[in-house]
Amino acid sequence: MEEALPPIIEIKALCKYFPIKQTNLFDREEKFVHAVDDVSLVVGVAEVLALVGESGCGKSTLALTLMGLEKTTSGSLQIAGQEVTELKGSGLRAMRRNIQMIFQDPYESLNPLMSIGDIVAEPLKVHGLVKDKQARQERVLLALEDAGLKPAASFIQRLPHELSGGQRQRVVIAAALVLEPKVLLADEPVSMLDVSIRAEILNLLLELRERRGVSILMITHDLGTVGYVADRIAVMYLGRIVEIGPTLSIMQNPQHPYSKALLSVAPVPNPRQRRERIILQGETPNPIDLPPGCRFHPRCPVAQPHCSQIDPRLRLIPAGHEVACLEVKPKITSGPG
Amino acid sequence: MIDQPRSRSRAADLDQAPILLELSHLSTDFLIKDSPPAHALVDVSFTLREGEALGLVGESGCGKTTMMLSLMRLLPANGRIIEGTAQFGGVDLFSLSEKEIAGVRWKEISMIFQGAMNALNPVRTISDQIAEAFILQVGRVDKKVVDDRVISLLDLVGISADRRKQYPHQYSGGMRQRAMIAMALACNPQIVIADEPTTALDVMIQAQILELLEKLRDKLGLSIIFVTHDLGVVAEMCDTVLVMYGGVTAEYASVDAIYNEPRHPYTRELLRAFPDLNRPTAKLASIPGFPPRLNALPPGCRFAPRCPIAQDICHIEQPELRWIDAGHAASCHFLDLLPDGPAAAASPNTPSQNLLNSES
Repeated sequence: MEEALPPIIEIKALCKYFPIKQTNLFDREEKFVHAVDDVSLVVGVAEVLALVGESGCGKSTLALTLMGLEKTTSGSLQIAGQEVTELKGSGLRAMRRNIQMIFQDPYESLNPLMSIGDIVAEPLKVHGLVKDKQARQERVLLALEDAGLKPAASFIQRLPHELSGGQRQRVVIAAALVLEPKVLLADEPVSMLDVSIRAEILNLLLELRERRGVSILMITHDLGTVGYVADRIAVMYLGRIVEIGPTLSIMQNPQHPYSKALLSVAPVPNPRQRRERIILQGETPNPIDLPPGCRFHPRCPVAQPHCSQIDPRLRLIPAGHEVACLEVKPKITSGPG
Repeated sequence: MIDQPRSRSRAADLDQAPILLELSHLSTDFLIKDSPPAHALVDVSFTLREGEALGLVGESGCGKTTMMLSLMRLLPANGRIIEGTAQFGGVDLFSLSEKEIAGVRWKEISMIFQGAMNALNPVRTISDQIAEAFILQVGRVDKKVVDDRVISLLDLVGISADRRKQYPHQYSGGMRQRAMIAMALACNPQIVIADEPTTALDVMIQAQILELLEKLRDKLGLSIIFVTHDLGVVAEMCDTVLVMYGGVTAEYASVDAIYNEPRHPYTRELLRAFPDLNRPTAKLASIPGFPPRLNALPPGCRFAPRCPIAQDICHIEQPELRWIDAGHAASCHFLDLLPDGPAAAASPNTPSQNLLNSES
């Protein structure tokens, strides 16, 4: 990773609130689901960042705003130096060429009636690119080949049902690659695949990063796999990033009690290494009425009285990454924000 | 709350526990119109002791689901059990009449289905659905008795009684799975088959459900069959493991042997493909190719086309299941061959090293 290059994605104080329909006529107070609440994040060129958290933590909403599929409530969101929040119409469409999505379920996301060649060519048609038939065919072949479907020509005419799960996911990846995006947004890219072929797909993503210099934002709740692919990990809880830093630092030295718990319950495939699991009781509270202070304090095993009063911000800690927890000592001692 | 060192003292007593279910030489075919039948299961055997947790592991299409459906005698119309016995409580489940097997299903052997989101009836209350299972066992009884039973079952799985009149959509994913477990326990079964019980759930909810199943197992002396592709769940929960591939037994052993002294190449490859938090820098290996189609099986060993150590014989002859020692069996022509070359052939009892760390 070259530090000199400006980041490909730059998110500053991004908020996305969904208004809730009022059921009570006299209750005039407007309520919101705080799906993403004041998130700042950068993704470097050719970097793999994993966004980790349970359902409802806001990671998918963040992805949708990145794609320009949801309007942001406030904050700034730049992709390749372009402010996404100000774009509309053709400008927005042009921006989307830079960021493409890899979907979770290759059994659902491919049109069963379209040939592989047509599926991969469709994004080019949508964006009105490469109108020449011959040139388009070449772009499709190249994308298929880059996605590891070789020889590419033999796949063009086939239908999705003729392919295995792993091959299908490669088609999904090829369709994302054909526009030559700068960022791939991978939403649980391997969770629907058999264990024996997961590594193949993850290795493919890493290979694409090497060869095409593409950045990857991977959304997942599976901490087991992120260690293999991500350069950095961001852990989200209730719309906020609670811990972010280099993968090894987070995996081996998690500091936020939520990250610790998440790591402790990830099953280890060896019965001799059964560990004590920190099992948080209950479920992520709803993001409408947020708890005061730290959002995690009602479930936190180490919560102190001040945790229900002060909302902690991300601070650099000695371990070398950032944590939003009052109980973790910051690197440079300054009064709590 | 958590019994600290989670090593299992139970494993030692397990050998003494009485055998509850003994499946011998089960073969199941699926009849396909205008073509030869698909051999979905061939000669699969296992024993399940009282209080034992057995993990049934394999990729999609390996026959795990067919095995369970055979056991419960719930195969689809074109499925046929062509060979084998399943001894349970002095009878062979496969020779029972339809009426007799109905008396075993749910009452003696029950199931927790995959996908708690979809397995519950959306237009009936949770209480009604659990009551239905209970009434199945006891017949028509006083409403109060049924309600008390529902309350105690919900209490067992950690759902408060005042939520029993709610509908599935009012429950979260984790609670629905708990309700499913309560339903499976309604008739005090001896065996619970859990089919991918946590696959669709978030990690933390998965941990809660596994903790619950472990607690119930201890408290009620249940035997559990975990059907899953998640090697992590198996390592955490099971005593013995049956690894299946293409409808046959690849390896059958104690959980410790499977993870630390695996002998079948498929088991070894599967373990290398599974991410391990403790070795985040190791490279994940994948198994090239994909599982065989059951109606187009390779002629020899079913794993041969993907096997890193396959020889000529592997493509010709299906290896028999061989016992390496009591409680450890595998079906491979080259049981003593390690990926790096022949080794550890001398004594099968010496823990063979390097099996797991062979990539270093």
